[in-house]
Amino acid sequence: MHISRRDLLKSLGMTAAAGSVLEAADKAHRMVSAEKAAAPSGVYTPKFFSAHHYKTLRALCQAIIPPDHESGGALEAGAPEFIDLLTSESKDFQLRLGGGIMWLDSTCTERYGQTYLQCTPGQQEEILDLIAFRKTVNKYPRLGPGIEFFSTLRKFTADGFFTSEIGIKYLGYIGNTYLKEFPGCPATPEA
Amino acid sequence: MPQVIRSPKVYDVCIIGSGAAGGAAAKVLTEGGVSVAMLEAGPPLDPAKDFKEHLWPYDLPHRGGGVGGKLRGEEADEFMAPNGAWEIPGEPYVSAPGSTFRWFRSRIVGGRTNHWGRVALRFSAADFKPRSADGMGDDWPIAYEDLAPYYDKVESYIGVFGSKENIPSSPDGVFLPPPKPRCTETILKRACDKLNILCVPARMAILTRPLNGRPACHYCGQCARGCKSASNFSSSQVLIPPAQTTGRLTLITSAMAREIVLGKDGKAEAVSYVDRTTKTEKRVHARSFVVAASTCESARLLLNSRSTLFPEGLANSSGVVGRNLMDSVGSWGSGYFPQLEKMPSHNHDGSGGNYLPHVYMPWWKFDRKNDFLRGYHIEPGGGRFMPVVQQFDDECDRFEGYGSSLKQHCRRSYGASIGMEALGEMLPNQHAYCELDPNAVDEWGIPVLRFHWHAGENEIRMAKDMQQTFRAIVEAAGGTYSTEVTTDGPTPYGLYDGGTAIHESGTVRMGDNPKNSALNKYCQAHDVKNLFVTDAAAFVTSPDKNPTLSILALSWRASEYLLEQAKKGNL
Repeated sequence: MHISRRDLLKSLGMTAAAGSVLEAADKAHRMVSAEKAAAPSGVYTPKFFSAHHYKTLRALCQAIIPPDHESGGALEAGAPEFIDLLTSESKDFQLRLGGGIMWLDSTCTERYGQTYLQCTPGQQEEILDLIAFRKTVNKYPRLGPGIEFFSTLRKFTADGFFTSEIGIKYLGYIGNTYLKEFPGCPATPEA
Repeated sequence: MPQVIRSPKVYDVCIIGSGAAGGAAAKVLTEGGVSVAMLEAGPPLDPAKDFKEHLWPYDLPHRGGGVGGKLRGEEADEFMAPNGAWEIPGEPYVSAPGSTFRWFRSRIVGGRTNHWGRVALRFSAADFKPRSADGMGDDWPIAYEDLAPYYDKVESYIGVFGSKENIPSSPDGVFLPPPKPRCTETILKRACDKLNILCVPARMAILTRPLNGRPACHYCGQCARGCKSASNFSSSQVLIPPAQTTGRLTLITSAMAREIVLGKDGKAEAVSYVDRTTKTEKRVHARSFVVAASTCESARLLLNSRSTLFPEGLANSSGVVGRNLMDSVGSWGSGYFPQLEKMPSHNHDGSGGNYLPHVYMPWWKFDRKNDFLRGYHIEPGGGRFMPVVQQFDDECDRFEGYGSSLKQHCRRSYGASIGMEALGEMLPNQHAYCELDPNAVDEWGIPVLRFHWHAGENEIRMAKDMQQTFRAIVEAAGGTYSTEVTTDGPTPYGLYDGGTAIHESGTVRMGDNPKNSALNKYCQAHDVKNLFVTDAAAFVTSPDKNPTLSILALSWRASEYLLEQAKKGNL
């Protein structure tokens, strides 16, 4: 990631003072905790996406970062819930992600006669293999919106996974702890 | 007319601002036995509640990205100490046509010291006498020897780690031992050695040993979030508490200073301020005043304090208040290092955090002629810090695709980039200044600042040299330089916009000549002897060193002088 310390501070601008950001975050935190308590079955009720679209979102998150022998994937990391929360709060994301999922269904219906979820695994792979790469637009200009959508969703899914407990463990980040002395760089031939 | 509520009490000193300059003044003055009222525009700070140290991204539902993802792209901002903003609702500022200036302000006890990078560098002897060396700008009315004892006092009290190096451009200080370098820093150090670029342990206001009742750093790499153990320096946790302990400090928060009121005797007698919680006008009376509201806010306060005696603003008979505005010349670059892909998992956090390094490159070309005047230093960042939202945006775009291969690619690239930020000395110029906007006021009815900004040829040539150096270091270290810059346009060679380095200085400068300076060598106004300005507004030049340590030393020195003069009855 190419971002400097001073870029970080650009953030605090927008219109919100840092205090109110924290208050809002705290409030959301309490809300989510309350919801979890109210739904002991663990079934998440989406805030923005319809049941069908949320199911589609989950399928896409799973495809983008699947579980493997080393770790769980985006679903286990809570990425769909994270994406739904952010989308419910942002008109911009509602267009890009909400609109994007509807675009995907309409495109699948046009190409395969059924929604993305109804498609065969082969058809799903075929459409994802197209919209997952920018070069596709040269051959299929009409897939441009899908490429944009997938590019955004890929980043959000990566956020959801790599900032989760299992994602952080998968990366091998082992800090955020109390040390008496900083050990420095371990002896390795590379460094 | 709003009702003006007058406080009957007269304090010995009123300090406006609670950051580095205000905190140092409060400590020295209260411990010197005088009563002090301190005005702070923002609320009090409660580290236990306000600092988000040690939280994981998944502890917050937005993972640090903020409600609606608004802070996404800004890295972990939900975790930052409550420190301020580039834009504050109800308190606008204006950039004049053709100028871009960005002004980061804090409204909280401790001000910008709650989040700053803790880089603590002394100015050098040459930094105080640049005109004598190259004919540009002006010399300071003080020399290194005048400030050195105060650097000693400040470092001994707040705690700074570093190492003795005998580098003429970067004087040694009173240092605690530095932490060992991180892997990324080891790689850069080797490259710098090959290129004959100095690369030495960083100098940071972070404790590596217990000091004055504060515990040593625990190496979590989260200084920017605020430190609950106060193992790093902030005015709010290190300077204001001892002042409060004396029982002589009255801290008045949510107090937005409007004007310094002049008495019939030509001396300042009160500060008129807005109590933001009640929107009422209040006054605090004192025998002396220390303006420490930050470079541009201090100039604004003086410019807004007009009287028959000073129609152009208090202590501004010279007309220099607001002029001479400077910020560090900044540029940034990054490289990718395949050898870091293979690093085994290890704890990389350390002291400070990302871009709060354990090593730095002090100005090394001081012994030769360069194609620009003055110098710069470099602060590196990058590596295996705590993952944050947006961490893999670039890799997602570069790699594309999806599935296990994407997942593995992200892990491979994690921590394999190293960035460098260079900060250099800007030459003051007549086109860079701030003034009162003739039309706009803030929500308190106080006229706002309008900024004029201009980067000269010297700044552009310096930024070009920074980019060439970044590339040389990255390539010598076996990496691939990945930053693309333009050679012209509004930000040639990645040159930062004005204000972006958050190192503003120079708007109420000191000097021996009252005709072209506002303050004498003790930060005392030439025009009004019971008025002092002790923040970076007093700077004559903007040496490449980050300003906070020099602000602390200058304010400490001015406060001792104030005490001495007050005792002699000279104020």
